[in-house]
Amino acid sequence: MRQVDFTKQVDARGTYCPGPLMELVKSIKRGQMGDVIELISDDKGSRVDIPEWVNKMGHEIANERLEGEDYYIAVRKMK
Amino acid sequence: MPKKIVIVGGGSGGMMVANRLARQLPDEIKRNEVEITLLSNTEKHIYQPGYLFIAFNEQQPEHFIRKQERIAHRLVNLVYDDVQIIDPGTNRVHGDKSTYSYDYLVIATGSHPDMNSIPGLSEGADNFYTLEGAEKLRDKLADFQEGKILITIDVPHKCPAAPLEITLMLDDYFRKKGVRDQVEIKYTYPIGRIHSLQPVADWGLPEFEKRNIDYETFFNLEEVDSKKKVAITMDGEEHSYDILISIPAHTGAKAVIDSGLGDEDGFIPTDRYNLKMEGSDDVYVVGDATNLPISKAGSTAHYQAETLVHNLISRVKGRPETARYSGKVACFLENSLEDASMITFDYQHPPKPATTSDMLHWFKSVYNELYWLNARGIL
Ligand SMILES: Cc1cc2nc3c(=O)[nH]c(=O)nc-3n(C[C@H](O)[C@H](O)[C@H](O)COP(=O)(O)OP(=O)(O)OC[C@H]3O[C@@H](n4cnc5c(N)ncnc54)[C@H](O)[C@@H]3O)c2cc1C
Repeated sequence: MRQVDFTKQVDARGTYCPGPLMELVKSIKRGQMGDVIELISDDKGSRVDIPEWVNKMGHEIANERLEGEDYYIAVRKMK
Repeated sequence: MPKKIVIVGGGSGGMMVANRLARQLPDEIKRNEVEITLLSNTEKHIYQPGYLFIAFNEQQPEHFIRKQERIAHRLVNLVYDDVQIIDPGTNRVHGDKSTYSYDYLVIATGSHPDMNSIPGLSEGADNFYTLEGAEKLRDKLADFQEGKILITIDVPHKCPAAPLEITLMLDDYFRKKGVRDQVEIKYTYPIGRIHSLQPVADWGLPEFEKRNIDYETFFNLEEVDSKKKVAITMDGEEHSYDILISIPAHTGAKAVIDSGLGDEDGFIPTDRYNLKMEGSDDVYVVGDATNLPISKAGSTAHYQAETLVHNLISRVKGRPETARYSGKVACFLENSLEDASMITFDYQHPPKPATTSDMLHWFKSVYNELYWLNARGIL
């Protein structure tokens, strides 16, 4: 179920290297300002390292939720 | 009419697929029931991991280069042509010299660093991700006696271990030269740790601290001013350097982009298990050319080639395609010019670096030679 309107969705489940956060970094870099990228990760570390990177880089978390072990995070590109 | 299998790209993945098919379908090829055509836009086959050793002048460049016709199996129809357009709508591939029709297509066009991805990068930065780059860097490092080496990393890039490896090897190289005290080595990474894999970051960090290698995380390069010799990050900070070793963002092949088959970076949306191009039953993708969120590495191409060849052979013989790619990747991690660790992982199992040892470095050196058996489809 789509909980937020996103420009692009990246399914990074089951991937360790380069890993979910690097997939997000890549998509954000390529996107336009205002784009929303939704990333799905089943790596527990993502719940900490993704929000940390998003805040540090000045982007915005548009939505965040857990579905079982799957972590969904939608990030709006702010600059 | 033979069943035509066309492979675009004669690098690690494409060459392995072509040779494995030829070795496993010799009778069918001789009876003209199957034809395997490998389209290559270069006469050279280069073992790219060799660039690391070229940069430190540990090996001569020629050591890592062979002629394509010396590696391709005699039952492979090797054709030198630069593919311009791949057209899955008509099952045709258009090259500079000719047009090729296919029943099954394997795209193995790889990825390459985009030196124009950041303003000033091509003028200001060195790299070891191309043969010319590694040779140029070798000569600079040989002359370098004092100053600051800055390493920057962008995504996506192939071989996620290589930037960390070159950093650790630089430390050893300058220690052996006796000038390590005059050389500042600074490694940077775009996220909050020194490698995307936590276990690899945990493996490398104590080495950095022990060996006085400086590092900065959340480092996102935006511009290079080659006149002032500064790298400028997203937050506007200027970082000085004497040598800037940069691993630029990679893109897929031009032919993929021009054919409209790639995503925004030129990588082809691919099914992570059967390796077919999304929306197609006859087009397979192998190696760096896929958009799969896994390491772009030679070992990835190798394990994918095993899956893909198994399924193609089943198909040719009218049997079901049952092989699935498990996501398997294996990477060595050089810790210096003398010792190394390694990791293996797949979609289900996270990596755990092996204990660093001289043995693993030796094994990597042996693999550098064994690669040629791999490319020939023997190993
Ligand atoms: C410095 C460095 C260190 C590395 N270390 C390791 C390592 O330790 N372990 C590891 O597993 N991997 C390593 N790699 C990565 C590895 O080399 C690549 O991931 C691997 O070569 C990918 O294979 P490929 O077949 O997808 O692409 P490639 O081997 O790059 O081959 C692509 C081929 O397609 C051809 N081509 C492109 N476009 C066309 C066209 N239009 N028409 C015809 N032909 C075309 C190209 O010329 C090329 O020959 C390293 C890479 C580098 C640069």
